[in-house]
Amino acid sequence: MPHILVDLSLPGIRSLMAFRPETAQPMCDLAEALLRDTEGLSPVERELIGTYVSYLNDCFYCHHSHAAVAACYLDGNTAIPDAVRKDFSRADISDKLKALLQIAAKVQQGGKAVRPEDIENARRHEATDREIHDTVLIAAAFCMFNRYVDGLATVAPTDMSSYPVRAKQVAEQGYGSHIYSSRQPIATT
Amino acid sequence: MAYINVPDGVPGIRSLVMFRPETGKPLYELAQVLLRGPSPLSPADRELIAAYVSHRNECVFCRNSHAAAARCLYGDGKGIVDELLKDSDPGRLSEKMQALLRLAGKVQRGGNQVTPDDITAAHAAGATDVDIHDTVLIAAAFSMFNRYVDGLASYTPANESEYDEMGRRMSQNGYVLPSRPTHSTNQ
Repeated sequence: MPHILVDLSLPGIRSLMAFRPETAQPMCDLAEALLRDTEGLSPVERELIGTYVSYLNDCFYCHHSHAAVAACYLDGNTAIPDAVRKDFSRADISDKLKALLQIAAKVQQGGKAVRPEDIENARRHEATDREIHDTVLIAAAFCMFNRYVDGLATVAPTDMSSYPVRAKQVAEQGYGSHIYSSRQPIATT
Repeated sequence: MAYINVPDGVPGIRSLVMFRPETGKPLYELAQVLLRGPSPLSPADRELIAAYVSHRNECVFCRNSHAAAARCLYGDGKGIVDELLKDSDPGRLSEKMQALLRLAGKVQRGGNQVTPDDITAAHAAGATDVDIHDTVLIAAAFSMFNRYVDGLASYTPANESEYDEMGRRMSQNGYVLPSRPTHSTNQ
């Protein structure tokens, strides 16, 4: 049960955004700017960083939601998001993204855990300043989203078939207010 | 030296949002609505929660700047800021604020650390659902801001008096996205 009185038909962060639309708007705008941008990192790579950090933070809802968005961009391929959270060093992703995931894991522990060596390693794999910036901010932002979602004990659906349909909504329409203000998509089997 | 090429001499998050204003805009809007928008918690109490979480995350820039903002906003009651941050003594704070700070401390460690007992204690001390929501989101947001500022090794002024000036600006103007300084063309 959530710790505060929210709409129980809405899962995870969606229920909190509906509870407090004033703070929802800048969070949606942040997610849109950070996860849907196509310069440097692709939307898939951005979602994979979000998935991995949410997994490290043990946030069931965010971890499965963003893995599903990544899979949706990959035409339904769930193998890559699965491999990233199990052991990204063996995942079928670029060496640059592996170096950036290493930075994201440090950020998850704490800002000061990021060392100059981590940054040099990413640069050796041709990461730009903008890609390093976006990686750190995506990892930091998920340390917020995960704490918000779990700190208020929101509902995380256990019906795993519900995740791909919400992911499709995000992949097609982005992170607008529709995610909490419109009728929730349901799986058609 | 920051890890990425941000404007020289600009401290903390200001340098990062000048580097990337597309993400800076919603970050500043979030800070403004969360710390200054309508809420049952006063702006001073919200700045204190922000400073407390930043203190626990050992983020010197965010701790000092938000502590300075809280001192300005509390005015004559500003002594409680250092009692909490320097002496770890929340004794003069209201029971509600003490319960909310305990909740914020749990969120700082991780969302799953919050227990139903923490919420029951906050409700018993007079906190509403909105108080609890805003406390959790402030603590979560500073778990982001602190990591952003330190994860890119942005410039942290060592001189305490610089923070007094920042605190005054933050208490008077709120959170306004800074624009990149214009450089002269001489090389």
